[in-house]
Amino acid sequence: MAQEQEHTLEEVHESKVFGVATPRIDGPVKTTGVAMYTSDHHFPGLVHAWPTTATIASGTVQTIDTAAAEKMPGVLAVYTHENLGELYRVPPGAGLSLMLDERRPPLEDTTIRYYGQYVAVAVAETMEQARAAAEAVKVTYAKAAHNTADQLLESPNRERKPKEQPKTGENASGLNEAKEVTKRGDIAAALHAATIKHDAVYSIPAETHNPIELHASVAVYEGGKFTLYETSQAVVNHRDVMAAMLGVPPDRVQVITRYLGSGFGGKLWPWPHAGLAAACARNLKRPVKLVVSRGMMFESVGHRPAIDQRIELAADPSGKFTAIHQDYANHTSIQDDYDEGCGEATGILYSCPNVLVTSSMVRRNVGSPTSMRGPGAVPGLYALESAVDELAIKLKMDPVQLRLMNEPKVDETDGKPFSSRHFQECLTVGAEKFGWGKRNAAVGSMKNAAGEVLGWGVAGALWGAMKTDAEATVELRSDGTARVASGSQDVGTGTYTVVAQMVAHETGVPVQKVEVVLGDSSLPPGPISGGSWATASMVPAVLEASRKAAKSVLTVAIKADGSPFKGKKQEELELVNGMVCLKGKTGPTLSTAEVLKLGRIRSVNGNGKSRGTLGDPNSKFSFHSYGAQFAEVTWQPEIARLRVSRVVTIIDAGRMLNPKTARNQIEGAVVMGVGMAMLEATEYDQRTGQPVNNSLADYLVAVNADCPQIDVTFLDYPDFNLNPLGARGVGEIGLAGVAAAITNAVHHATGVRVRRLPVRIEDLLVSGQEGHRLA
Amino acid sequence: MQPFELIAVNSIPDAVAAQAKSPTAQQGAAIRFIAGGTNLVDYMKLNVETPRQLIDINGLALNTVELAPDGGLKIGALATNSEVAHDERVKQRFPVLSQAILSGASTQLRNMATTAGNVLQKTRCVYYRDTAYGCNKRQPGSGCSAMGGHNRMLAILGTSDKCIASNPSDQNVALAALEATLHVTGSKGERAVPISQFFLLPGGTPERETVLEPGDLITHVTIPAIPAGAKSLYLKLRDRASYEFALASAAIVLKQTGGHIDYARVALGGVGTIPWRSPEAERALQGKAPTAENFRAAAEAALSHARPQSQNGFKVELAKRCLTHALTQAAQA
Repeated sequence: MAQEQEHTLEEVHESKVFGVATPRIDGPVKTTGVAMYTSDHHFPGLVHAWPTTATIASGTVQTIDTAAAEKMPGVLAVYTHENLGELYRVPPGAGLSLMLDERRPPLEDTTIRYYGQYVAVAVAETMEQARAAAEAVKVTYAKAAHNTADQLLESPNRERKPKEQPKTGENASGLNEAKEVTKRGDIAAALHAATIKHDAVYSIPAETHNPIELHASVAVYEGGKFTLYETSQAVVNHRDVMAAMLGVPPDRVQVITRYLGSGFGGKLWPWPHAGLAAACARNLKRPVKLVVSRGMMFESVGHRPAIDQRIELAADPSGKFTAIHQDYANHTSIQDDYDEGCGEATGILYSCPNVLVTSSMVRRNVGSPTSMRGPGAVPGLYALESAVDELAIKLKMDPVQLRLMNEPKVDETDGKPFSSRHFQECLTVGAEKFGWGKRNAAVGSMKNAAGEVLGWGVAGALWGAMKTDAEATVELRSDGTARVASGSQDVGTGTYTVVAQMVAHETGVPVQKVEVVLGDSSLPPGPISGGSWATASMVPAVLEASRKAAKSVLTVAIKADGSPFKGKKQEELELVNGMVCLKGKTGPTLSTAEVLKLGRIRSVNGNGKSRGTLGDPNSKFSFHSYGAQFAEVTWQPEIARLRVSRVVTIIDAGRMLNPKTARNQIEGAVVMGVGMAMLEATEYDQRTGQPVNNSLADYLVAVNADCPQIDVTFLDYPDFNLNPLGARGVGEIGLAGVAAAITNAVHHATGVRVRRLPVRIEDLLVSGQEGHRLA
Repeated sequence: MQPFELIAVNSIPDAVAAQAKSPTAQQGAAIRFIAGGTNLVDYMKLNVETPRQLIDINGLALNTVELAPDGGLKIGALATNSEVAHDERVKQRFPVLSQAILSGASTQLRNMATTAGNVLQKTRCVYYRDTAYGCNKRQPGSGCSAMGGHNRMLAILGTSDKCIASNPSDQNVALAALEATLHVTGSKGERAVPISQFFLLPGGTPERETVLEPGDLITHVTIPAIPAGAKSLYLKLRDRASYEFALASAAIVLKQTGGHIDYARVALGGVGTIPWRSPEAERALQGKAPTAENFRAAAEAALSHARPQSQNGFKVELAKRCLTHALTQAAQA
């Protein structure tokens, strides 16, 4: 089916719209404060909810005393497991349906499985009153032993899930389940035979997404229908999950997310606060607003789990890889099975006859982990690309050369041809732009003009390219404007703008005159804003809808009284840059608006559908995006100061529809990579199980002053096998490999190999000191 | 947050009289002055501070920065951090103070935060901030959760078995090296307290951080002129390049004559429970040649009494490098 439909849409090679750096059409409403983010929504009679959270990480609630809280000023109700009302478990879904990572509805029982789990919720006239009441709820607990330790590979309780066969979309139970875990060749024999081998464990701590916009729900319950304003990267899924949880048909739930202050994956699936807000609104018959505090966002809205990865990498003396074994363990929550999927890139990035990736989970008393920008591949590539760097040193080879010489001809995980792969070009173009040829491989040997030691590192990047099912409608109007609608959403990445471009290209209506409507589950179902799939998924649907609407204009043109085309056949006409004319552009021309006016028609519509490739067993190609990251760090040993000074990133992610927003995405990802490499870590107090650095002052993300000079290059090769525009997506690929490029540069500058992120000052103090061997 | 009453005062005596009704001016004060509010309001939201009354002192005329005839400086308690840091006289004569202030917080916070408010800035210990944990500073006798917990940011100098909280201020480190005096008006009149006597080591009473008594209002801060020819500077080391508290910092005032150091004032930040003046380092430098060895020796002396915790042992070496490098820079300036 997928292939069939593609052929009805021709490949688009020329365009006046695509490839043009186009400012965000939603820029003005955001910069002027007009844009309504979720927590901006206010309604008559609206009241505020604030949760009470557990102050133990494991055990049972013994008593909850709400008496004092209920008597406080403005308080309408305090709900616990005894009186919240029914919230149901969500049944397992197929593919990407009914997705949520914490499957237990809030307040379901009295068992506490992580610090910060909701145990009650107070509702009051003002947020301050609700918060004061929530804090006045007295809870007693029977504590049980908890565990939030980060030693995962060493844990005796690893739950192995060796998924040796790729799963298809139909059978997959979730996003991460769909990723492949590779096995080929004979890993044990290859490692045994190898003479040049590297074996090390790489660890990353739990990372918390921390989008600036707090998670929030504003729930309105009226006439048996829930209207839920949510911070969601997937409004359609959110609707289906909430309907199941609330026990009502999906048509009784509408989810709206007009604008998002980013999500990084943390807002893909619903979290317990959404259930609390909806249940409170149902009970009180009043609109309820619940904004999750920054502190709570470290507990109950997901995080990238702590991960240990052991990499065994072997090569023959020429540098040809002979074995790659990746064995990883990520933590997950007590009740939910979250697999980070660290092996995504491992079997594909390089040619290697013997590959084995094994995964496992270790249960910890933490809230459920979830997807965070580049789930699987980003932490996986930190480990793999660090190991490649370490092996290059052992081989005394240049790390760019080592990567170049291990280029596969096909995707060796399944033998499929690459749809569009230019990994070697990423490396060679990047090396040229970065000046890699001037690199002296000796540790600490290079200095800048200011006398600071320089470190240069490189890493490869890979991210899966896919599209999901999507629908869209396009309306062309007699005032010369257009409207396009789809139940997708804009995370802040530029989806509004790129969808407007698609309509503009197809209909000739200028980008500025295209109204884009997203973020509403009552619209035709659109793609999730995750996986870097939204743009690629929207392309066929929006182009088809635009084309159908345009065809309707031609139909009006041959039928309307007074039309110069009256009586012609539709096939004789065409729409060129928004003008109706005879094919070959002879004779009169009329604008779309003029045609519709002649027909006394306000608007014509078209709808379109995309079919997904996600998990498609008939897919003929290996669809992936590639990249190369080159990082420079400066090192001042006298004050142990290390800064990332420069990043050159080369991205092979299909055709860039809007280079401006695409560049913005990559630059943002590089900055996030600086944070991942140098700063970010969720610190659990092992005694209580609480993430204790739960504020933006204590959980460090990169700030402006940490931003390196960033040079982004898009190779811009269209991937027409994926969609008629050849567009993939750029949400994730920019982060892939950055941390390894930086830690490789850190080693080059300091001689210190940091295998546990983030790189900290205390790791580097040993550099150059007696007893520290420079590798 | 506990409900509270906000009153405004227009005179120093009214301010003093209003706050004097509080049983204490220290942790847990029932009545507090509020100026910029950048620290106090945060802690009120977290129920760490629960005053029933706030006295708004922003109406008092205490926001000027004046140069004294002897070259010293008089800074009003309400002069904002931004006003002081960007004052040309401060930048020229006391660069260490301008640099220290600008290395802290963000532009927005510095625009609100005041000189005296910064002097009284509370620790950033995560356990002080979270009422679910024991904290001897917040609730005397409840224990110190930071020992054996998340203590990477905390103090290695001046600690006790009751408290290891670090003083987070950058400004205070500079004021310590500049030998500032805090001018206080209280119920019994005015008095001048040298900064070296203003902050209290935690000892057995970490809830008492300063010598301030009920009714005491800091009205201004004075700084004596630094010797002609002396160089001053501030160096701050931290994980990220901006908007973070110090892991280690150093404020230096250094003067050499004829190849020998004849004036050295040294204070450390990020490592002490109070802004940490180091007489050990100053003694080690006095009369010495400005050599790398002598600077390192001074740094060794400054940290000789360091007592690291489970996560912050690295601060000993980091503080030494910080001080050594700051001295080197001051000597070369």
